[in-house]
Amino acid sequence: MTRADANDVPRPDAQLHFGVFFQGVNHWTIWSDPSSGSQIDPATFLRVARTAERGLFDAFFLGDGLRLRESEGGIHELDVAGRPDSIVQLSALAAATERIGLVSTSNTTFNEPGDLARRLAGLDLLSGGRAGWNVVTTHNAWTGENFRRGGFLDHADRYRRAEEFLSLARAVWNGWAEGAVAGSADARSWSVPGAVGRVRSRTDLFDVDLAPTLPRSAQGHPVIFQAGDSGEGRDFAARNADVIFSAHGTDFDDALAFAEDIRRRLRAAGRPEDALRILPGTEIIIGATEKEAEEKARWVRLGQVTPQVALGIASRLWGFDLSGRDADGPLPAEDPVVAAYDGKFGTRQLGETLDTVAEWRAKADANGWSLRETVIELGPQRGHVGTPAGLAEKFARFVRHGAIDGFNVSPYLVPDGLDDIVELLVPELQERGVYRTAYTGTTLREHLGLAPVA
Amino acid sequence: MPRPALHLAVEIDGDGAHPAAWRRAAHSPGELLTPRRLAGVAAVAENAGFTLVTLDDSILPPGPVNGPASDPVGRIGAVERAAFVAASTSVLGVAPVVATTYAEPFHVSSQLASLDHVSAGRAGWVVGVEEDPAAARAWGRPVVEGADALAREARDGLRVVRDLWDSWEDDAVIRSVATSRYLDRSRLHAIDFTGETYSVKGPSIVPRPPQGRPVVLARPGLVPAGLADVALVGGATPAEAGEAAAAAGAPLAFAEIEVALDTPGETARERIADLERYAPWEGGPDRLRYTGSAAGLVDLLTELGGHVDGVRLRPLVLDEDLAVLSRLVLPELFVRRIAARPLPGTTLRTSLGLPRPLSRFTTDAAAALVEEETR
Repeated sequence: MTRADANDVPRPDAQLHFGVFFQGVNHWTIWSDPSSGSQIDPATFLRVARTAERGLFDAFFLGDGLRLRESEGGIHELDVAGRPDSIVQLSALAAATERIGLVSTSNTTFNEPGDLARRLAGLDLLSGGRAGWNVVTTHNAWTGENFRRGGFLDHADRYRRAEEFLSLARAVWNGWAEGAVAGSADARSWSVPGAVGRVRSRTDLFDVDLAPTLPRSAQGHPVIFQAGDSGEGRDFAARNADVIFSAHGTDFDDALAFAEDIRRRLRAAGRPEDALRILPGTEIIIGATEKEAEEKARWVRLGQVTPQVALGIASRLWGFDLSGRDADGPLPAEDPVVAAYDGKFGTRQLGETLDTVAEWRAKADANGWSLRETVIELGPQRGHVGTPAGLAEKFARFVRHGAIDGFNVSPYLVPDGLDDIVELLVPELQERGVYRTAYTGTTLREHLGLAPVA
Repeated sequence: MPRPALHLAVEIDGDGAHPAAWRRAAHSPGELLTPRRLAGVAAVAENAGFTLVTLDDSILPPGPVNGPASDPVGRIGAVERAAFVAASTSVLGVAPVVATTYAEPFHVSSQLASLDHVSAGRAGWVVGVEEDPAAARAWGRPVVEGADALAREARDGLRVVRDLWDSWEDDAVIRSVATSRYLDRSRLHAIDFTGETYSVKGPSIVPRPPQGRPVVLARPGLVPAGLADVALVGGATPAEAGEAAAAAGAPLAFAEIEVALDTPGETARERIADLERYAPWEGGPDRLRYTGSAAGLVDLLTELGGHVDGVRLRPLVLDEDLAVLSRLVLPELFVRRIAARPLPGTTLRTSLGLPRPLSRFTTDAAAALVEEETR
């Protein structure tokens, strides 16, 4: 598409928001490259966060996972694994950064609201109002084996627990009236009598009675993020979240359809359409020319999808171990099977799997692809490839048409993978008036342009 | 043979050891819960030359809410404060109080391992216990009642946390490009803990901490002596503290001392009397308490050096007493070589003269390799 008249779009003044997703456990981070640093050293986290802050990003995100992944009867060995506790890591970054938002992915199934709300509120105060909470749920008993409770939650109850959890957390965060602390040492008491409330809840899921220990932060309380893509997850986000992560940010029409669906759900939940920011996860690969960008993308894919990774992805699709096969040879001749649900990961439908494998076979035959090439071409698509100017033009269109509000960027290299974006893409976006040239607020809520907390 | 240098720790929770300390603080009451104030206290403690700061905690407010005692009822979680302090200092050890009475040991292990990572090996853990049944209601968990049950949750929690720290061998990340393996699964271990009240599978989600295991501090009797690195002992006199230290059975013992020092404007007694108008300074049971001049405290600490390995100071009012400790007490201890500042680039274990433990899951081959390297 050629450059449109900026006024001939639904949102001519829309601004693009960037977050950086420090993934931790994943195979998209190319750990095998010599320039790839430690995945646990605090200097790595600091470098990524400071680069993002230099690029005026809204937020730095950390993922969560409460049990190491497994495959073929043991711990999965191919991916980056091992990550810090997110609130601890972010509390440290709060001391070493100035403006960037700090978002923790924290699970509502294996935490308790009084404790987690307090930890997040602590991060929010220590960072001067820059905390966010990406609310995730789990129900599987396999993760539960690491916790006192074990696998205690029915699948159907995980969102119900999350919603009650969130409502309790909000009560904790709002537990102190404004000006709850005495103004001087001569006051009769440290807190103003009656200004500190209590939070009580007794349902079939929670039996809690506590006195909140913290005031509201500069942004009121942490910004709520959510990532569910199911109808249930989208409704949860429409009712509760300030920001939704999505997997709908590569294709314009797909992104727009998702955004319109979210806006419809927001209206149904009685919230304004602009109450929620949509930040799809993406990877951004930049080259000086389109050709260079494509070559770089090819290098990135080969680094991400090694022969062993390709066999691992194919093993999960086919439902049995293919690790002895030749990834540079043809696709397995066998039909896929679907193992009985073992409580570890999501269930799959055999019909869908058969369809996918049939499509892979057809395209591999037509193009002469090996198994590895097929995984690279047809596996999960990872984002945007182009020149700084081309990408800026494309992103401006996405955001001005209301298909997205920004991206949650996963760098394919850590810690240097954001450098290109900050140095080459951000200036192009700024030139098009679609990206801030300075932070205008101090809190994450202000960065995102969200309304103040009531 | 002289004992090695006395190790110096200081408790920096709230505004000081006295419940009304906030009335003499150098800041307005609300400033207590700000990053600026926390970073300020940490900077003073680090510059003074302390080896370690500890940070008290509970899910319950530090003082009774709207109660007659009028104490502060606000407190940021100790682990979050410790991580923040770690990132704003460079040589200071940081040890939050964390209780495993109701918390998930899996989370506690991850939090403390991560604190060790973000501090490059300066993390400690003061093993806490939530004795008040109100903590159970705040957590939303069934009450753990009675000394035996509280000790069981502390002990089991500590075992799980330690085993999870050990569950990644030090060299579990192999980054073998040729085989595409980032990890070697044979160097990661399920801990398969089964206690009376719960079980934990493992391994940890956090790679082994830089110190192998963060330094564990606990009062004697709460957890088995063999599982702690530092016993925090009481005793009304240096000799009693020495006896308690010998009985504790941990590698190191620190005496707990409450201190109120003379300042340029007022004597320690006057300062205490000022605060006694609001509330009594009850302090801990049979704990040492020193009230007086800086020189007198130097003498007391010198004497204590013959009985214990270290001290944990609990200043009456942080903003006042830390300044005197910083200007008059610690420099004198360093000049006399009674105590030593931590050296840049060292871990807390190294500062305390504690060895770095191998993972208990370490295979013979890996252990032999370590021995070869350290020979």
